[in-house]
Amino acid sequence: MAEAQKVYEIPIGPIHPALKEPIRFTFQVEGERIRGVDVRPGFAHRGIEFMGLKRNLIQVLYLSERICGICSISHPIAITLAVERAAGIEVPPRAQYLRVIFSELERIHSHLLWAGVAAHELGFDTLLHLTWKVREEVLDVLEELSGNRIDYSIPIYGGVRRDIAPEQYPKVEAMIRHYRGLLEELLDAFLRDPSVAARTRGVGVLTAEEADSLCAVGPTARASGLAKDVRQDRPYLVYGELGVRAITPRDWGLEPRGDVYDKAVVRLLEIGQSLDLIEKCLHEMPDGEITAFPKIPALLAFLKKAEGEGLGWHEAPRGEVIHYIRLEAGVEEPVAWKVKAPTYSNLMSWVPMFRDQEVADIPIIAASIDPCMCCMDRVHVVQDGSPSTLLKEELLRLSRAKTERVLQGLSRVGGGA
Amino acid sequence: MGLSSFKRALWVFHVATGSCNGCDIEIVAALTPRYDVERFGIRLVGTPRHADVLLVTGPVTRPMAERLKRVYEQTPDPKAVVVVGGCGSTSGVFYDSYNVVGPVDAVIPVDVYVPGCPPRPEAIVHGVVTAVAKLEKVAEKR
Repeated sequence: MAEAQKVYEIPIGPIHPALKEPIRFTFQVEGERIRGVDVRPGFAHRGIEFMGLKRNLIQVLYLSERICGICSISHPIAITLAVERAAGIEVPPRAQYLRVIFSELERIHSHLLWAGVAAHELGFDTLLHLTWKVREEVLDVLEELSGNRIDYSIPIYGGVRRDIAPEQYPKVEAMIRHYRGLLEELLDAFLRDPSVAARTRGVGVLTAEEADSLCAVGPTARASGLAKDVRQDRPYLVYGELGVRAITPRDWGLEPRGDVYDKAVVRLLEIGQSLDLIEKCLHEMPDGEITAFPKIPALLAFLKKAEGEGLGWHEAPRGEVIHYIRLEAGVEEPVAWKVKAPTYSNLMSWVPMFRDQEVADIPIIAASIDPCMCCMDRVHVVQDGSPSTLLKEELLRLSRAKTERVLQGLSRVGGGA
Repeated sequence: MGLSSFKRALWVFHVATGSCNGCDIEIVAALTPRYDVERFGIRLVGTPRHADVLLVTGPVTRPMAERLKRVYEQTPDPKAVVVVGGCGSTSGVFYDSYNVVGPVDAVIPVDVYVPGCPPRPEAIVHGVVTAVAKLEKVAEKR
């Protein structure tokens, strides 16, 4: 094409003020229009699954919490569900309700955080400060209930670590009332504001077909009109009894278009949904034990004897998170651990979203899927400083070599490794 | 020289070197109304070339080490480096990873450590203020 020389490449990242986390974009730009994008992740890869295979299951639980500081309830919930399925642990009903309460509190804080970041990317800093001021209330409640603002260490295999005491109920209820009053104000500031609508309507569109074929999850998929929510589709904990319904822009009385505006609609309405869920849990929660194993050594001894594999899933604020785990009797460490974070599924939706958009809209489109690089950066192969793609044969060879190494190791220590 | 201007205008650049986001959101929380460090003249800037203080979070993954060094060199002197979080200070839970080359002080010189996983916004503000006090002492000796 003769036009080709008009297309320029703009690299952005890995360190860039518009990005909170390291990732590199290479945009092909023609004038002000984006013609294509290449995403190079992997800068936040810490090899967490690899480290998990060298630690006992309780240490792995704390490691899973540090996959992502914002989803620090979601990953532990998914891994505890996986381990409980693998080992056949029954979770007391009260603990299940408590897990739901904490995960919905986390959703409120995460969606408010996103709303603030989105406002900042639009150049609307007043709104950033407003939403982050409002967000402190839910952090206060989380701190009151768990002892920490971030990284709560609440789920543990067989239950939760802390109960909600009777004198703490009024504080949670006060928070719910506070947010109910504020939500209308936030909806006004975001959804009924003409300048926000002008910057977000028709920007970063992901159609329902694209969202479906790219396997988008969470608010990214729901904003395109797919009524997809793990809490509704494959209920776990007590979500089935609570009756969760996936929120799409139709709940706001609009036909879904899949643009940035719709993504804001879904996230803000989900704050209201989470408030309802927390209130319902507080009322319906039965009394009783909060964990099947009050003593940690007993839990560790039980897990050491457990054998089997399990899958745990959870609707994190950004979408579906899946943990797979395999346990073998006589070994404290998991034999296999695989994490699928929501951003991993959502990353490819950037490609259609960026197409034919303006350069000035890059930050808000990038932020609109609420990317979480630290969750996502799984395995990246770098050789001689340059990224290389492994061919299938090469992968097979590496896999065989590893099996041989493992077998040698096993025979050396007599199978007890 | 030039340090008197720090008292009312301390500009901070934030580098995430593979952190879990916990510290990063607490840094933003410190900037927003509840903690509001801007009343002390502390504000986040978009480039290391304008910064007085580098706030570094994360355990420094292999691909980020070279970039962290470059950001450090781009920051004009006098400067202070504040490490926020347990994994940046000591590698923390990521100590035995194949892709972590940190802690931060193995890559660039560090002035102040703020431990915690993640540290509270108050602790982060305290860390930045401690860094300024350190810079002032260096200036007095000259």
